[in-house]
Amino acid sequence: MTKTVARDSGLSLWVHAIRRDRKATIGALIIAFFVLVALVGPLLVADPDAPVGIPLQVPSAQHWLGTTGQGQDVLAQLVVGTRTSMAIGFAVGLVVVLVGALIGVTAGYFGGRVDALLSLLFNVFLVIPGLPLAIVIAAYLPSGPLTLGLVLVVTGWAWNARVLRAQTLSQRKRDFVAAAVVSGESSFRIVTREILPTMTSLLVAQVIGGTTYAIGAQVGLEFLGLGDVSVATWGTNLYWAQNDSALLTGAWWTFAPTGLCVALVGFGLVLLNSGFDEITNPRLLQERTWRAYLEKRGCEPSRSTPVVTEHD
Amino acid sequence: MRYILRRLGFYLLAAWVALTLNFFLPRLMPGDPATALFARFAGRLGPEAMQALRETFGLTDASLFSQYLTYLGNVLRGDFGVSVAYFPAPVSQVIALGFVWTIFLAGTAVIVSFTIGTMLGIVAAWWRRGWVDTWLPSALAFLGAFPYFWLAMVFLYVLGFTLGWFPLGHAYGDDLTPGFNATFLADVARHAILPVSTVVLATLGGWLLSMRNTMISVLGSDYVNLARARGLRPGRVMMRYAARNALIPNVTGFGMSLGFVLGGSLLTEIVFSYPGQGYLLVQAVRSQDYPLMQGIFLVITLAVLAANWLVDLVYLWLDPRIRDSAS
Repeated sequence: MTKTVARDSGLSLWVHAIRRDRKATIGALIIAFFVLVALVGPLLVADPDAPVGIPLQVPSAQHWLGTTGQGQDVLAQLVVGTRTSMAIGFAVGLVVVLVGALIGVTAGYFGGRVDALLSLLFNVFLVIPGLPLAIVIAAYLPSGPLTLGLVLVVTGWAWNARVLRAQTLSQRKRDFVAAAVVSGESSFRIVTREILPTMTSLLVAQVIGGTTYAIGAQVGLEFLGLGDVSVATWGTNLYWAQNDSALLTGAWWTFAPTGLCVALVGFGLVLLNSGFDEITNPRLLQERTWRAYLEKRGCEPSRSTPVVTEHD
Repeated sequence: MRYILRRLGFYLLAAWVALTLNFFLPRLMPGDPATALFARFAGRLGPEAMQALRETFGLTDASLFSQYLTYLGNVLRGDFGVSVAYFPAPVSQVIALGFVWTIFLAGTAVIVSFTIGTMLGIVAAWWRRGWVDTWLPSALAFLGAFPYFWLAMVFLYVLGFTLGWFPLGHAYGDDLTPGFNATFLADVARHAILPVSTVVLATLGGWLLSMRNTMISVLGSDYVNLARARGLRPGRVMMRYAARNALIPNVTGFGMSLGFVLGGSLLTEIVFSYPGQGYLLVQAVRSQDYPLMQGIFLVITLAVLAANWLVDLVYLWLDPRIRDSAS
């Protein structure tokens, strides 16, 4: 009983935090819209793969976004593609952080040789360029969402591990962790109950960042033809647009809407993240309060740390 | 000196990891790529090609370890096997053709973007809440959310196809022969403007934001306040005191983002039919040319590692603390 209450207030705290920040509100609305489209949209449009008319028709009342080079409805493909692309994006965003947390927190908590080895591992993965590696792996596996997900996780986890290691390292030195160690708690319990909860906002921000990465990288790989090109996703839509020389026939409607959607989702996630950043970063919060205080009194706002300067 | 050597050691290790991954990937994957390829190119590949392919994929009778040694030896000699799509040209020869173009395109884009983005970041932080600080980060974040190659498509469509201001692709006109003369170089520049500006626009926001943020925290530090208090010229405080120190963490970020930007640049090449590695990569994916794909992966990885080491040298030059502790 108490647990549900606590969780409720935790969630409502987030909702409140998002509503207080304008950037985060806009971001959340954009994402909510696309999640809605992904959930119910495919029920409302026709079969995206069925040819419905003459290829490369301009947008009209019948086909709002025109038809593709194969004579399919662009809107139907876009809507159905939203579901696949968003699903893979969020799933990969989550898994990337899980893997990153497992390795980063282990390295930061245990330190010593374990840390040296794991740090070396993620640093190596950070400098090896992701796209070519992803292509080499994806090319050998049967194309499909699983392959795509796997490839995106392999090339994307290292950054999260690095950030979470640094964060764990700084928490590890705090007194409350020392107290937990002295009181004989197991390492697993200390990590999951003492250290991870202090990083909730960071973890949420990482999932958002991971999703941004996953959607962008996924679209890129599919554009190259490494996805399952027979399934409508944002990336394969662009792949076909390029393949059917949409550009050189002037068929802008086959590629413009998809790119806009990718960008809107990416932008929405970035907004949400920067909003969170300002909510959860005490320094930025303090600065904002200080600025509001000064402006209320008719003074000129100062730079980040509260030092009042007259003029530049 | 010790710092440089330590970093060099790290990059050599990373190169070794990439080489090893490259060796084991085809051997761990299900199926037999050589036979599949051979079936696809039935009649067009002779038995000697089959033998070469089988060796590339490690389908020989030798032990795994001796295969590995042979492979390392081959790579060190620049032998990446035989390309399938461009049979019988060796992979190294195929890659060499487009390598310069890729480095030129990605290198120019990264340097231009980093320079402009950093300058804008300095301006945004210095004139806090001015118009650069208020509007540019959001606008550029929005641009940065587009996939590079999609921006490229829009640019190509609007500026190249509809308005006809720029050529529709390739690195230089068909009627020119490559050489170091003004006509040729001007033509190369004209062809590079669109692809370079796509990558620059897509990446500018990141540099601006990270420079702005570090610059803001540096501007709040005591030594900057002291410099102001001493009545130094504002320009001097901005560049010599604040910007130089704020630059240090950004140089690290510069190194780490190289691989990422190069990936986006490869996709941009495809849109502009630019004759670099990106174009080859598509050819390789379409024709399932595994040796070529792997060769490109290795060459790009090695290039990124080398560039990272160069960035470390710059870092050393910028940050006297490391320089002093290293010597």
